[in-house]
Amino acid sequence: MSEQLAPAEAGGDHAMVEVRGLKTYYDEGALRGDPVKAVDGVDFTIEKGETLGLVGESGCGKTTLGRTLVQLERATDGDILFDGEDITEYGSAEIKEWRKNAQIVFQDPESSLNDRMTVGEIVREPLDVHDWPALSVEVRGADDATIAGDGTVPDADSDRTSDITVDPRATGEPVTVRDRLPFSAADVEVDIDRDGDRVTRVTVEVIPSKHRLRQQHVRNLLAEVGLQEEHYFRYPHQFSGGQRQRVGIARALALEPEFVVLDEPVSALDVSVQAQILNLLEDLQEEFGLTYLFIAHDLSVVRHICDRVAVMYLGNIMELGDTEELFGDPANPYTTSLLSAIPEPVPGQQQERLTLRGTPPSPRDPPTGCPFSTRCPVKIRPPEYRDLDPDVWEGIDLLAEIIRQRQQTDRSIREIVKETLGLERQFAEVDDVVIELFGFLAEDRPPERPAEDHADAVIAAVPDPVRPPLETIVDHLRADDLEAALDVLHAEFGSVCDDEFPAEYPVSDSGRRSLCHRHQDEYRDPEDVFETITHR
Amino acid sequence: MPDDDPPLLAVEDLHTTFYTDKEDIHAVQNVSFDIEAGETVGIVGESGSGKSVTARSIMGLIESPGRIQPGSSIRFKGEELTGKSEKEYRKIRGSGIAMIFQDPLTSLNPVYTVGNQIKEALRLHQGLRGKEATEAGIEVLEAVSIPDPRRRMREYPHQFSGGMRQRAIIAMALACDPDLLICDEPTTALDVTIQAQILELLEEIQEERGLSIMFITHDMGVMAQIADRVNVMYAGEIVEKAAVEDLYNSPRHPYTQGLLESIPGRNVGKERLSTIEGDVPTPNAVATSCQFAPRCPEAFEACDRIHPSMVEAEGYGRDHTAACLLYPEDLSEADRIDHHRERETPVEEREPTEDPR
Repeated sequence: MSEQLAPAEAGGDHAMVEVRGLKTYYDEGALRGDPVKAVDGVDFTIEKGETLGLVGESGCGKTTLGRTLVQLERATDGDILFDGEDITEYGSAEIKEWRKNAQIVFQDPESSLNDRMTVGEIVREPLDVHDWPALSVEVRGADDATIAGDGTVPDADSDRTSDITVDPRATGEPVTVRDRLPFSAADVEVDIDRDGDRVTRVTVEVIPSKHRLRQQHVRNLLAEVGLQEEHYFRYPHQFSGGQRQRVGIARALALEPEFVVLDEPVSALDVSVQAQILNLLEDLQEEFGLTYLFIAHDLSVVRHICDRVAVMYLGNIMELGDTEELFGDPANPYTTSLLSAIPEPVPGQQQERLTLRGTPPSPRDPPTGCPFSTRCPVKIRPPEYRDLDPDVWEGIDLLAEIIRQRQQTDRSIREIVKETLGLERQFAEVDDVVIELFGFLAEDRPPERPAEDHADAVIAAVPDPVRPPLETIVDHLRADDLEAALDVLHAEFGSVCDDEFPAEYPVSDSGRRSLCHRHQDEYRDPEDVFETITHR
Repeated sequence: MPDDDPPLLAVEDLHTTFYTDKEDIHAVQNVSFDIEAGETVGIVGESGSGKSVTARSIMGLIESPGRIQPGSSIRFKGEELTGKSEKEYRKIRGSGIAMIFQDPLTSLNPVYTVGNQIKEALRLHQGLRGKEATEAGIEVLEAVSIPDPRRRMREYPHQFSGGMRQRAIIAMALACDPDLLICDEPTTALDVTIQAQILELLEEIQEERGLSIMFITHDMGVMAQIADRVNVMYAGEIVEKAAVEDLYNSPRHPYTQGLLESIPGRNVGKERLSTIEGDVPTPNAVATSCQFAPRCPEAFEACDRIHPSMVEAEGYGRDHTAACLLYPEDLSEADRIDHHRERETPVEEREPTEDPR
């Protein structure tokens, strides 16, 4: 294709999809307070013909991002350029037309197929909805000729091959039909009107009815995804999970899209069937030049099928780059942690597991600084605490986490009334928490000693730079002032990770990028710090 | 341990059938395995292979239209469990064997606090009440590394995240102080980072308490990390059993081989994944031939008429067996066929004598 010879800029002619500053929020403007920031400002491109993987834990926004790309959700902010055109500006009629080009395959083949329709009807439905086929006719040597009959004028912007090509100058058969269509040149009648030498009007009649064409097209699709002709009249419940997913894929491909979002397409399938579907997706991509966004939580599947991978956490892309690079030498602390959690299917061969504490924060109330800061094992510490006993540092981290969770949990009306009346404190068990977190520093608690006294003994055993601020924090907590306690925690133990959203840094020659403060020259690389953690 | 000591759990010829209106599903057939004290035995297989039904049979949770066939035996600490009444079973379920399920939300009651539910378990199985139960409850929550356990005792299941809920379920199981913990896909609904936390927790608990674990999963990665010995199930039968390293390093049954070759995690950099063609069959009749034969790349004519029995597959006297006509490897094909045919139980004997309907 001649267009591809043009110089490739970032997001230039090779880009199928270009996403800029995309945000998708839920529950906005309602009385519910902050919106859920499912996708919170992401930028990336998907090149033509490539497979971009999107991985992350549940709730990280990967599915919302995929659904926004095919406009099943409306973006709150940002642009989605599809072949250079911003689709977020489209009205509903334009969206409908555009959707022929961008389809989605859902995770659960059980619930995404209508059980009351036969497989043939299911795959045929998009063809009926879009009144397929709209046959584009190209007349060689006469671009301005009027097209009549079953034909339409091809879209000038499209680089697709026209469905029917008529060559009035040809000596033999003047008509050629594109390969994937369910009829041949013999099924087409062409009538050419001329004004002298000039072709003025070409009338194209396709002999089989639209009904027949659609039926045949569905049959071809079923064959392409590895189903049998006789499956046409069966119902989804008569199929296994793998076969149902094949039906879902056939339906997504019915309108010959260029871009397909695959939302966990193999997660619900058995291992032996999973491999069949992965191979099928690869074959189809090669045959039809498809571009994929592959969403999955199974990282080994992503490693197998994707050219590049984006790692999402709490609505942000933490790292994006070449698959083998990213898996072999992850740059972002979140990627490293995520990869180390995959159980290796080889006994005794588990790499050092970096078990992350806790769960991701609520996307309604993400951390102010780095999204990963509340769980990051290599978070930057203030200089005076860099060599602190890791267990003490973990205690401080956990204390902050517990206070935050206490603030967030909704309390029963009874509890709130008791607190307001001063009958009960919101944080009544501060002494237990201190003992739980730092108890290892002091001697065992004598059975008769009250919790408050033992907590004091524990605090007294905390090493020096930490003890004074910890005393202040515990005083605030005993006075039930969670806000003040958090302020002291933040002022004393916080760092750039808590305060500033990290910039994106290039981390390899191939253009891989990562979102982490540690890529700045003044801090040690995440990798370097991980080394010291895992070998301590 | 002397050899004549019975294993903690001994399952022998377990056969569980579901009599549905349409057909009889022989979900588990001729399943035999042991679990020794302190070890983790895995059962791996695809959906419909009978792993969960095996677990539920052991727990006495098979309800109509399902039935454990006569001739099946499940012995726990030497005591036969099949045929026990619901009342007798309840005692065993709480204190001897505990089970955790895939979806933690369905195992917790949404209208009671987590603390209430743990205390209930402690009251039933250890007779603890009031403050004593509260303290013991906090202790088990601490044992499963739930931070701030005192607060958590007063919270409801919906206030817990998925990983925390699974921890709470494990805490409830531990509250019964069991000898055997059956885990049915306990991490399947969880994210990998949370899965790693739970696997680590189970390992810790096992080390501390000397528990035996029966671990069911379809994930070959998880299995490799947690199990000491593995049973591979296919269409209701065990087709291969071995120590975990032996199974992964030299799988013998063509099904196990195919399974391991089809997972991307073991085949990094491979252009194309190997597949097992076809789908997992539904075991709607007592097997009279190899169930895997229709999908097996190495099947030969005899596979369709002889039901293979578990035979030595490694050849070194190690505890590695497979139900496949390709073994024992040192015999000729004709001898192997005879070997399996001799050991074949006549179908009439395995077929249930009466239909309970």
